[in-house]
Amino acid sequence: MQVVKAVTCPVCGSLCDDIELTIDSGKIVKVKNGCAMCESKFLGYCGEHRILKPLIRRNGELVKASMKEAIGKAAEILAEANYPILYGWSSTSCEATRVGLELAEEIGGVIDNTAVVCHGPSLLSVQEVGIPSCTLGQIRHRADLVIYWGSDPWSAHPRHIERYTAFSEGRFEKSEWRGYLTKLKALIGRKKIESTLRRLFLKKRPSVSAAPEGKVCPTISRAGRKLIVIDVRRTKSAEMADYFIQVEPNKDYELLQAFRSLIRDQELDVDKVAGVPVEHLEEVADAMVGCSFGALFFGVGLTMSRGKLKNIDAALSLVRDLNMRTKFIIMPMRGHFNVTGANTVSTWQSGYPYAVDFSLGYPRYNPGETSVMDVLLRRESDAALVVASDPVANFPRKAVEHLVENPLIVIDPHMNATAQMADVVFPSAFVGIEAEGTAYRMDHVPLPLKKVVEPPRGVFSDEEILRRILSEVRKIKKAKTTEEA
Amino acid sequence: MEQKSKLYVTLLTGRTIEQGVAKERGKASSEYAESVSVCYMDPEDMKQLGIKEKTNVQVSTEYGSVVVKALKSLRAPHPGIIYIPYGPWANVVVNPETHGIGMPSFKGIPAEIEPTPNVPVLNLEGLLKKQFRKG
Ligand code: SF4
Repeated sequence: MQVVKAVTCPVCGSLCDDIELTIDSGKIVKVKNGCAMCESKFLGYCGEHRILKPLIRRNGELVKASMKEAIGKAAEILAEANYPILYGWSSTSCEATRVGLELAEEIGGVIDNTAVVCHGPSLLSVQEVGIPSCTLGQIRHRADLVIYWGSDPWSAHPRHIERYTAFSEGRFEKSEWRGYLTKLKALIGRKKIESTLRRLFLKKRPSVSAAPEGKVCPTISRAGRKLIVIDVRRTKSAEMADYFIQVEPNKDYELLQAFRSLIRDQELDVDKVAGVPVEHLEEVADAMVGCSFGALFFGVGLTMSRGKLKNIDAALSLVRDLNMRTKFIIMPMRGHFNVTGANTVSTWQSGYPYAVDFSLGYPRYNPGETSVMDVLLRRESDAALVVASDPVANFPRKAVEHLVENPLIVIDPHMNATAQMADVVFPSAFVGIEAEGTAYRMDHVPLPLKKVVEPPRGVFSDEEILRRILSEVRKIKKAKTTEEA
Repeated sequence: MEQKSKLYVTLLTGRTIEQGVAKERGKASSEYAESVSVCYMDPEDMKQLGIKEKTNVQVSTEYGSVVVKALKSLRAPHPGIIYIPYGPWANVVVNPETHGIGMPSFKGIPAEIEPTPNVPVLNLEGLLKKQFRKG
C-alpha cells in the first residue's frame, strides 16, 4: 500500500490540493480530506460506466473499433467539415486545450469552452469593467467579510468555505466554525424547546416564538469574520451564514444597484428592493463599508438570470465603489476544475478566452455570434468534437437537436448522454488520476495535476488522442493539396 | 385550501450535491438519472396541487415539457418557485435564448406544473430517443 499526499482534486474550481490517496495494487482504495464529490470521483473513476475501447457508429449502433480506425474516421470528419465546433475543455488539462486550439486553427473551426454556459457573461463584463482580485490564500488569511451571491458553495464547491473563507483558520482572521456550531446548537436547543412547548400546550404555538423569517440577525454587528449569503433560495450555505438575504428571482440587478446607492450614502425612497426591506440592505451595506477586507464571490445565479452580463457589470461596479472606502475584491465561483485554465490557454493562444472562430483563418471573437450555443441555434455547424464535457446533458434542447444531427466525435472517460449520441467515441484517461497536467484554480493559480495510477490498457490521455487526430488531419489535408496540384 | 390542477411557477435550474456526487460516479448511472429527473417544490405548492412527495409531475414551458418526480424542497419556503437540477431533463424545458451573448437563460423561466401520477419518468435512453430520435 502506498499513500500519495498533496494530490490536487480534479472536480471543482476550488482545486483543493491537500487530498491524500491510498493506493493498493494499482487501485485507489481510500481518499482523505476530500468532499463527497471528490471521493465519488477518486473511488468511482474506474466503475462500470468506463469506456475502454474506441467506438464507431455503424448502422445506427455504436460498435467497438480499433484506435487507428477511430482516429482515421475522426480526422476524416473534421478535415471535411466546413464549420466544425470544438467544445468542452474545462475538465481536461491546459496541455490538451493547447492541442485543441492548434486543431481548431488547422480545420478552421469554432473552439469554445464550457464558460459559455457558466461564467461567459462574467468574462465579458470583466473585459468592460475590470476586476479587483487576489488569491484565495489572501482571502483565507485576511478577509473579515465574505459574501456569496447567487452561489451555493455547500453544493457546488463543498470545501470552499472551510478551506478559503469563513471557516478557514487564517493568520489574521480566526475560523468561524465554533461560532457556527454554537449557533447551530442554540438553534437545535430552541427547536427542542419549541416542540416540547407545542406538545405540552396541545400544538399551540409558543407565545415567545423564534424571530420571524428574514428578521435582522444580531450577528451582523458582532466583531470577527462574517459570512453573508444572497440568493433566491434559502440554500444550505444560506443556513450557515450570519446573514441571509433572499432576493426575488431575476431581481439581482436592482439589488446590486440599490447597494451601490447605499454605499454612496444615497437614500432610497422605497421600502423594499427586490423583495428585501431597505433596513436590511442598509445593515448589509454598513457591514460592507465597515469591513477591512471584503470578498464577494458570485455564482451562476447572477450570470444565468435576467440581465446576465449586466448583473456582473453591476457587481463589479459595486466592488469598485466599495474600494473607494475600504478593501474589497470580487471573484467568480468557477465550476469545473479547469475552466479557468481553458480560458487562460485560449487567451494565450488566440487572444480571446472562449468562443473563438478560426473559420476565416485568423481568430475572431464575438460571443452571441461565435459562441457554440448561437452557432447551434442558427444551425450552422456541420460537425463537432466534444472533449471532457456533456453538452447533450447541459444544453437546451434546441441546441442539442442540431448538434446530434451532424457527425459528432466525443473524447471522454465515461459513457454519458453525449457519447451515447456520438458517431465516434474515444475513451480517455482521467487527467489528475491517470494522466498528469496543469489546471488553473478559480483565482488563476496554476496547480499540477498528478498521475497516481495507470490508465486501463490502450487508453490514452486527451492530449495524446488530440495530437493523433491533428497529425492525421494534417496528413489528409496534405494529400488533398498535392492531389489538387 | 383550494386545490388546483395546475400551478404557474418560476423554474430555476442549478446544481445539487446529489447531482454532483452522482455525476462523478458516472453519467450513465441510475444514481445520476435519479438525481436530475426530479423537481423540488415548496410543500405549500404541493398541497395546492394535492400531491404527495414522489408523485410524477409534468413541467411545461414555452420550450417543451417533461415529466419529473416532485420532491419536497428542504429549503422552503419559496412559494411559486420550482427547482430542477441541471441535466437532460431540465434541458427540455429551459429557455435557449442567449440574448446575443452565448449564454442561454437557465434560471427564472415561467413554467406550468401539473400532477401526472400515471405518466412515468423516462430513463435517460428513453428521454434521448424521444427528444432526438437517436442514441
Ligand atoms: S471542494 Fe471541490 S476541489 Fe475541493 S475536494 Fe471538493 S470537489 Fe474537490
